[in-house]
Amino acid sequence: MQSRSIEISVGAFILLGIVALSFLVIQVSGLTFADARRDTYQLSAQFNTVAGLAPRAKVMVAGVTIGRVTDIHIDPVSVRAVVDMAIDKNVDYLTADSIASIKTAGVLGEQYVSIAVGASEDILKGGDRIRDTQSAMILEDLIGKFVTNFGDKK
Amino acid sequence: MLSYLQRLGRTGLDVAAGFGRAGILLAQAVWGPIDWRYGPGLLLRQLHFVGVYSLIIIVVSGVLIGMVLALQGYTVLVRFGAESALGQMVSLTLLRELGPVVAALLFAGRAGSALTAEIGLMKTTEQLAAMEMIGVDPLRRVARPRLLAGIIAMPILAQVFNMVAILGAVGVGVSWLGVDAGSFWSNMQQSVELGEDVMNGVIKAFAFGVVVTWIAVFEGFDAEPTPEGISTATTRTVVYSSLAVLAMDFLLTAIMFGVD
Repeated sequence: MQSRSIEISVGAFILLGIVALSFLVIQVSGLTFADARRDTYQLSAQFNTVAGLAPRAKVMVAGVTIGRVTDIHIDPVSVRAVVDMAIDKNVDYLTADSIASIKTAGVLGEQYVSIAVGASEDILKGGDRIRDTQSAMILEDLIGKFVTNFGDKK
Repeated sequence: MLSYLQRLGRTGLDVAAGFGRAGILLAQAVWGPIDWRYGPGLLLRQLHFVGVYSLIIIVVSGVLIGMVLALQGYTVLVRFGAESALGQMVSLTLLRELGPVVAALLFAGRAGSALTAEIGLMKTTEQLAAMEMIGVDPLRRVARPRLLAGIIAMPILAQVFNMVAILGAVGVGVSWLGVDAGSFWSNMQQSVELGEDVMNGVIKAFAFGVVVTWIAVFEGFDAEPTPEGISTATTRTVVYSSLAVLAMDFLLTAIMFGVD
């Protein structure tokens, strides 16, 4: 009888561990099974500078997340930064003349890729490239310009 | 002069021999054929002893630590108007560092010391010698189920600790201090990565479980068979395993989250 109660309490202990781990996985790390299996297609865009953009950063249209940055590397020919993005499959409204720009959420927030949809009839498909891009705004450069302008006026 | 040198040398040799004995103990306890005659009963009893009995202290300290983290984090973050990042701060602190480390320290104090005292007493009362006499290997009969139980129980305890601490932080942060529940959870979910944070925490807890139970079982077997010997061995278990946990935590953090 005593061994039965031990077995029951150990079973409850292990069950509690499983509950705790699944709580951490689902509620804390926010893993949803739909998210993992969601179909995506690849787009890429070239920027003069990506300053601070990181893989897994969000891709947004009108402030709504539609995908993630998967990879950032240098194109050896043009020596510009190439940003690969995985876009949700159900996003079928990105036109060929869309403009991708790198923006910052708030003053100190994380950087993300914002896509402004154009008016063209052609829709971007997997593997396509977004032509028009706007690079990241680098705060130091702006301050530098401001300081030199200020000095010239004097 | 020479005698000082000799003392230093002897200490060094003793330390090296201790490490050697600990390694031999672990190897002999883990390797070798499994004795199915005992069934899972031995392991279950140890899991009960090591895991279930540690649960109360783990849960109570977890809730309290989560509450303190939320309170302290809130007072700092609210100055920058960033109190919605409280969930992120609390969960990352807990999952990456505090959860496994504090759970391991409590585990060393609660279960490790009890293991050492129990085995030390078995040695003092010559139960271990009696076992050997009747042809039962005490390493396999006594050490193996305890090692296994500690290694299994530690990750479970650490995850339970994390869970109740986060719930404690929710209690203080959301219910009492009025952080918005939606931004609390969504900030947390955005910043916590499954592989990076949750799984590395599990790996840490597993490593700490190995180290703490190994030290506890070894100190028990290595204790001098006297009442004083048992008490020094118990103290040594708590001190050594706490130090080992903190040192290993630094190493593991450097490997997992350090410079890429």
